[in-house]
Amino acid sequence: MVNLTIDGIKVSVPEGSTILQAAKEVGIKIPTLCYHPDQSVKANCRVCVCEVEGNRLLQAACSTPVTEGMVVKTRTPKVIEARRTILELILSNHPQDCLNCPRNGNCELQTLAEEYFIRDIPFEHKVRGLAKDTSTPAIVRDPDKCILCRRCIEACSVTQSVYALGLEDRGHEAMVVPTMGKSLMDSPCAMCGQCIHACPVGAITENEQLDELLAAIADPDKIVVTQIAPAVRLAIAEEVGMKPGEMPMDVFVAGLRQVGFDYVLHTNFTADLTIIEEGNELLKRLNEGGVLPMFTSCSPGWINFCETYYPDLLDHLSTCKSPQQMFGALVKTYWAEKMGIDPAKIYSVSIMPCTAKKYEATRPEMQDSGYRDVDLVLTTREIGRLFRMSGIDFTKLEGAPFDSWMGKYTGAGVIFGATGGVMEAALRTVYEVVTKEELKDVNFTAVRGMEGIKEAEVDLKGTVVKVAVAHGLSNARKLMDQVREGKSPYHFIEIMACPGGCIGGGGQPITKSNAQRQVRIDAIYAEDESCEIRKSHENSEVKILYDEFLHEPLGHKSHELLHTHYHPKNKKYL
Amino acid sequence: MAEEMRIVLRNYGKIDPLKIEDYIAQGGYKALEKARSMDREALIEEVKKSKLRGRGGAGFNCGQKWSFAYQAQADQKYVVCNADEGEPGTYKDRLIMENDPHTLIEGMAICAYAIGATKGYIYCRGEYPHLVDVLNTAIKQAKEKGFLDGFDLQVRSGAGAYVCGEETALIESIEGHRGEPRFKPPYPPSEGLWGKPTIVNNVETFANIPVIVEKGADWYASIGVPSYPGTKVFTLTGDINNKTFFEVPTNTTIRELIYKYGGGIPGGKKFKAVQIGGTSGAFIPEELLDTPVAFDNMAAIGATLGSGAVFVLDETRNIVDVVTRIAKFFEHESCGKCAPCREGTARMHEIMSKLNSGKGSAKDIETLSRLGRVMSYSCLCGLGQAAPAPVLTTIQHFKADYNAKLV
Amino acid sequence: MKGYKEIIASYADVPGGIIEAYHAVQKELSYLPEEAIFEAAKVFNIPVSEAYGVATFYSMFSVKPRGKNVIRICESAPCHVAGAAEVVAALERELGICMGESTPDGLFALEFTECVGQCQATPVITINGKPYLNVSPAKVPKILAEYK
Ligand SMILES: Cc1cc2nc3c(=O)[nH]c(=O)nc-3n(C[C@H](O)[C@H](O)[C@H](O)COP(=O)(O)O)c2cc1C
Ligand code: SF4
Ligand code: SF4
Ligand code: SF4
Ligand code: SF4
Ligand code: FES
Ligand code: FES
Repeated sequence: MVNLTIDGIKVSVPEGSTILQAAKEVGIKIPTLCYHPDQSVKANCRVCVCEVEGNRLLQAACSTPVTEGMVVKTRTPKVIEARRTILELILSNHPQDCLNCPRNGNCELQTLAEEYFIRDIPFEHKVRGLAKDTSTPAIVRDPDKCILCRRCIEACSVTQSVYALGLEDRGHEAMVVPTMGKSLMDSPCAMCGQCIHACPVGAITENEQLDELLAAIADPDKIVVTQIAPAVRLAIAEEVGMKPGEMPMDVFVAGLRQVGFDYVLHTNFTADLTIIEEGNELLKRLNEGGVLPMFTSCSPGWINFCETYYPDLLDHLSTCKSPQQMFGALVKTYWAEKMGIDPAKIYSVSIMPCTAKKYEATRPEMQDSGYRDVDLVLTTREIGRLFRMSGIDFTKLEGAPFDSWMGKYTGAGVIFGATGGVMEAALRTVYEVVTKEELKDVNFTAVRGMEGIKEAEVDLKGTVVKVAVAHGLSNARKLMDQVREGKSPYHFIEIMACPGGCIGGGGQPITKSNAQRQVRIDAIYAEDESCEIRKSHENSEVKILYDEFLHEPLGHKSHELLHTHYHPKNKKYL
Repeated sequence: MAEEMRIVLRNYGKIDPLKIEDYIAQGGYKALEKARSMDREALIEEVKKSKLRGRGGAGFNCGQKWSFAYQAQADQKYVVCNADEGEPGTYKDRLIMENDPHTLIEGMAICAYAIGATKGYIYCRGEYPHLVDVLNTAIKQAKEKGFLDGFDLQVRSGAGAYVCGEETALIESIEGHRGEPRFKPPYPPSEGLWGKPTIVNNVETFANIPVIVEKGADWYASIGVPSYPGTKVFTLTGDINNKTFFEVPTNTTIRELIYKYGGGIPGGKKFKAVQIGGTSGAFIPEELLDTPVAFDNMAAIGATLGSGAVFVLDETRNIVDVVTRIAKFFEHESCGKCAPCREGTARMHEIMSKLNSGKGSAKDIETLSRLGRVMSYSCLCGLGQAAPAPVLTTIQHFKADYNAKLV
Repeated sequence: MKGYKEIIASYADVPGGIIEAYHAVQKELSYLPEEAIFEAAKVFNIPVSEAYGVATFYSMFSVKPRGKNVIRICESAPCHVAGAAEVVAALERELGICMGESTPDGLFALEFTECVGQCQATPVITINGKPYLNVSPAKVPKILAEYK
């Protein structure tokens, strides 16, 4: 242990700790901008500077290791003047249009400007006037707002190993740019949106499409039908000031009705359906010597990544569409027919934890219903905004049930939202289908949690199936390289593009740490526990769907509506 | 009055730099032989005792730095020569490498032996392409003569970035990255090139080593000012009669440099200011000219010795104009990694331009002072920390020039 | 003239050798075309975004096509007070282009530089790295003639 004094308070911390960590121990908050708890130290914003006795130079708290007997002062006039001047410098080159900024109220720079009493900035306000990058349907970059903390670069290259973002030029001309200074669409960007979470300010956001929803709701000829993804319900609470999982499902449904959705259905329904289709696909591949390991295909960020970096392995991907797209294809066919609604009038909106799904919905192949299967994808954050706009007090709102035929779900569908969830749900079903025996313990805890790569073995009455789960694309890359080298020991691999799975998706409430992701994961498994039915094949509405419409898993209709194919992306700017 | 004394330039004009035989004939590579016969710790002790301090600007005790790298446990250590020489007005390292490349190589080889390094790099600025050939030829000759057994020495080029003179940026550049400084600690002697213990020394620092080893620490420590002994090479530019270089003991005063060696100001004009140490140095007025050039003496008057550039301005020069140009230098050369330097250098240039064009106010000068003060202790590396020095020292000593330009 | 692939390949075994490789490519092509940056990324096994970041960091590298003979004019304080601005004006006049531009015939590019370490004889310009000392407007035509 190392002993030091911070603002007169004595503290002992483990060797190798930084001043920032030591200060936190004794309840002293030091401001930061480039610091991120799950990333490497960057020390480039300099707002965390402190005085250390015996040093003329101020020391960055985030990068300076503590030493025995160190005397640190975090709020002397010299320190305060330095921090304020640095903030003024950053702001003098910043649009300062907080009032119409997507991060208004949730911006680290804005918060510091408030805390540090920024008023008359002595420097000329001069913004670079760079164009926004709106080249993708999912992610929008506003480089004028970038404060060059480089957190997005680390998210994209280290966490995701996509390497879509890098630096261009130097000094005052320096910029964060997609590969080769081209647009994001030309870069290998997987549209996972992890850079959005990493960004302390409003320089990267989702493509905001709330206006399109408001127009559809206002249009009397449109029947607005929505599906909610499993991870959204847990996190939406955070958008209206509650804890993850604190908003009951039926209250969420009622809220969506209040803001103008005509029918509220659940993506969990097609999550259960995915399990039936994908489970059978796996069994078919196992029995008929198909391409193995099979990869899950419900994470469109992962699909983009695979098409970009592993085009040679596309055969390994399950042909199942993501639950969102299965839902989209069914809502304008099966559901419309059952409800007696003209599918042309249906405006199908999905509420997703994901930015990549905005892109997925626009893929040309995603119109198997004869229409655009999903008309609009909104993120959890966008729905949060809509809720705040609506003025609803969710603690007082009375719950309401989902609408019929595609609203029922099981615990297996719920856990799709967390890393390992698809695998666990699949195992619950595959086990019973193969062994014809009831699964005693439905909890496959080995595949749960924030560990980057998890593995398990399941004995299906003699056939041992080896499975692996990866979340975050750099973990995916490790498993893919193994497959490419022919050394993969697995039969089935689940991959989610985002750390933690969809609960950490690019469209979720701004997520500052992996610890925050873990809280959401806990809420997911708590909900699973509370479900009466926890296996996909026991979903009664799914059974009806097969009886009346699909007839059998992997059947003709399934192929037409629920399965897809993949294309190498041939990106030039890899 | 001190006389010119050539240690690092001892062979200047006396040998054909491309002939190792010439160097050997002057006693070259004897020191290396002697060093290698010494115990490593004793060798480092000797360098420490000479009180040789880095000639690259920071003035760190050379032997002490070596002892950190010596003590570090690692499977690989490196010796790196900082030949980036980016301070405007400085060309002393070029002189050494052009005229006596072997003294640098010998100094590096001694260091390699002392700390236990088997690999070395000379990082030569991209503006000196001709020196790459000179150095490679010299290295080849030294290899052939067997002086570099167990020490693999290579030359690497910069590509136009002043900041790459900063030792960690230089290391990044050798590794093939953008030349952006790392935060410190860790310092290079414990974690440097490719994460391994690394000694980075300036060309002039290394050039002193063979002589110290040969003649002994006591001899060296007795030259010049005791706290910063030895000689220093100065390059004179600006309004000076002898636009050339001198190697003098460190007890030489600034006045001697300008008037004795430099021959004074041309055209019978009066002296106005001198900036020492390169573009990041302080501007010094007439009344401080009797200061010895040694490191601590300079620090005592709020100036730096830096690279040893001596940039003289006569009475006709407008300080604000010159400092505006200097501010542009820093805006252009900031690496852009840290916020106070990236934004601060640009703002400094902006405000200086405003003042220079007669549109500035007293409030602008106040803003400059605060900005400069904050940058000097908040920036990540020495570039941003030193960038305000010319502005702050001219506001201090030449306020009249600023006032004359106010609206 | 060697192709960029060959040039870059010859540095493949140099650790961190991308900067050396870029220098060598520029010697032939005067700038770094996109293809060369791709190739360098591949050879040195780094992401293209990083190879591009390196190419745009150093002032001697250009990712845009430019004239064959690169003229750089030192603007640092010693050259500045020695009259660099007049040299700039003379060069601009003589070549009919502004700083930062290339001549339409592709022969010359005009750029600023900071000190090139020849300050004993200011103002200084370099052409393809070769320094010209004590340059005055009057000397400019003769210097340029060497490259025409
Ligand atoms: C912006 C900046 C530029 C520098 N440029 C040089 C340089 O060109 N040459 C040099 O030897 N040291 C330069 N230094 C100092 C080096 O960081 C380092 O202190 C020096 O190379 C150590 O060698 P020494 O101990 O022999 O002086 C520079 C420092 C900074 C902050
Ligand atoms: S990024 Fe932050 S500081 Fe900038 S405009 Fe948006 S809310 Fe305001
Ligand atoms: S969306 Fe994902 S892949 Fe695209 S730039 Fe952001 S982090 Fe990288
Ligand atoms: S885009 Fe955001 S995360 Fe990336 S460097 Fe800029 S401010 Fe930081
Ligand atoms: S002080 Fe300037 S040069 Fe140094 S790291 Fe910061 S931005 Fe780069
Ligand atoms: S948080 Fe420490 S420098 Fe940015
Ligand atoms: S100042 Fe121009 S060459 Fe040194």
